[in-house]
Amino acid sequence: MRRLVFLSFAVSIFTACGTASSSKNEKEDEKLSVVEVSEARINAGKEVYQTYCFACHMQDGGGVPNLNPPLIKSPWVNGDKETLIKIVLNGSAGGQYEVDGELFYSAMTPHNFLSDQQIADVLTFVRNNFENKASAVTAEEVLKIRNALKQE
Amino acid sequence: MKNLSILLLMLVAGIFACSENKQDTPVDNQPDLVADSNNGDIQLPENFGAVVVSDSVGRGRHIAVNENGDMYVRLRRAKNDGGIVLLKDENGDGKADSDKYFVTSTGTDIRLYNGYLYYSHKDGIYRIKLENGELPENWTEETIATFPTQESGHVSKSFTFDNAGNMYVNFGSISNACQEEKRTKGSPGQDPCPELEVRAGVWRFSADKLNQTQENDGYRYATGIRNIVGLDWNDQDNTLYVTQHGRDQLSELWPDSFTDEQRRDLPAEEFLRVNDGDDFGWPYCFYDQFQKKRVTAPEYGGDGQQSERCEGTKDPLVAFPGHMAPNDLLFYTGDQFPDKYKNGAFIAFHGSWNRAPFDQAGFFVVFVPFNNGEPSQDWEVFADGFAGPTPVKQPRDAVARPCGLAQGPDGSLYVVDSQKGKVWRIFYKSA
Ligand code: HEC
Repeated sequence: MRRLVFLSFAVSIFTACGTASSSKNEKEDEKLSVVEVSEARINAGKEVYQTYCFACHMQDGGGVPNLNPPLIKSPWVNGDKETLIKIVLNGSAGGQYEVDGELFYSAMTPHNFLSDQQIADVLTFVRNNFENKASAVTAEEVLKIRNALKQE
Repeated sequence: MKNLSILLLMLVAGIFACSENKQDTPVDNQPDLVADSNNGDIQLPENFGAVVVSDSVGRGRHIAVNENGDMYVRLRRAKNDGGIVLLKDENGDGKADSDKYFVTSTGTDIRLYNGYLYYSHKDGIYRIKLENGELPENWTEETIATFPTQESGHVSKSFTFDNAGNMYVNFGSISNACQEEKRTKGSPGQDPCPELEVRAGVWRFSADKLNQTQENDGYRYATGIRNIVGLDWNDQDNTLYVTQHGRDQLSELWPDSFTDEQRRDLPAEEFLRVNDGDDFGWPYCFYDQFQKKRVTAPEYGGDGQQSERCEGTKDPLVAFPGHMAPNDLLFYTGDQFPDKYKNGAFIAFHGSWNRAPFDQAGFFVVFVPFNNGEPSQDWEVFADGFAGPTPVKQPRDAVARPCGLAQGPDGSLYVVDSQKGKVWRIFYKSA
């Protein structure tokens, strides 16, 4: 019985992921093309999350009050991809990103050591988890912003 | 079937436990102060009881209780447009009968001193004059001190007073370990660490002078303390005591030198006795409670064993397991609790977030007995169960997180939680 519940839960996640290319964010994505969210990329992204992000943002994406912001229903996660990719590449000193009316004061490590594909995958994963729903991020998009940052 | 009978048994036992509680004599002269049957879902030592003053005042931080029983809780997020809530218990049953939200700023600390209510924001300390112990209808705010705006890191300011007109304020570090690249694997420490000039220590101010600044009026009283949230003045030896939050991420930042198990337990959270001029070693050192010494931090060439950079630093009085976040400290001076508690220290542990993949720890109030002015190493958990019955994987799972402590005029101990702002009043029921 339990297994059945679990199964149907898993299935509902799958279907949610499968249809996640959203309409809500299309405006923001005009510059960068909208990409179908694929199962494989989400699974790869989950692995990156477990290795590099969960220690601060927690298993459930809920963050830590006062210190590390939640990714659940985050406007940054669902928002414009350029800002989001920059957050991951550069990290942040703290106190910069308001989520649900609160600021978070700890610092985020720059993750520029991750590959373009790893960053694309982890962002695709968080954009389709933790009650978020937004289009996939591609390695090309990450590369473009990585290069732009180098020129700054 | 078996399960059912066990359940029934538990139910019956529960009913007995409840009715037994009701018969307990409450605190002397306070017939209406009767413990809630489950003590508000926390566990206490024998003959102690608790009532829930209020179960959701907002995101509570610290609490102050006045001589007339008025309770002031400082909030880190405004509720009903207020950053402080005043709770009043009109009929003596321990439960709040009214709440009043006021002041626009939010913050951490709050204390009563000389007829004033003092409270901190991350960038300053303010006060309101009370009238005959009451919050006036038309209160006005005075600025005691303003600080350079701190946008990140350990921004909360906690403070306490001595008996000579001084106020002591914590300035927490911005960084975790003063690395050249923030929280980055293998990045060395800045040497010297520039933060120590203006942060990571305790600064002394006048308790009464208005409009002070750290630059002009602050005196650096002690240094090398990464972050303090709880500090209290001990009237017995006229000395400042604080609790420090140790650094994070030893194994994430230095995987060749530290395992995840070591990172879970190290470094210690520290209970410190602070005298003028003391240095407690951050960021060059951290305290290893297993080796019982300060060791050089990996950012400064340490391997977890040697102590080259720690000469002249002072050790903690008591070293607690890592990351449990000691968020408030209170010396108990009341007469209500049994003798053993007199002049001992209560510490509220807010609970950890970075022990994963292991369960998180803390979420309790600890008691450190003092004998002849010296703390016993045999600290004990005084109040437990705040987080709820299931192991905590991440802070959000905790039902409640104890964050602030205060002593009431009758010697009751108040605890405030930071999740929803539940407030308990703990008292000793005549044995
Ligand atoms: C060392 C802890 C830490 C790690 C590791 C970390 N973050 Fe963060 N993250 C933070 C903090 C702290 C902030 C807020 C910084 C600020 O406000 O200036 C933040 C902000 C964010 C934000 C914007 C705010 C929000 O909640 O939406 C996103 C998105 C984010 N991080 C994603 C990630 C991803 C993806 C990873 C893994 C690749 C990651 N973070 C790893 C601590 C961390």
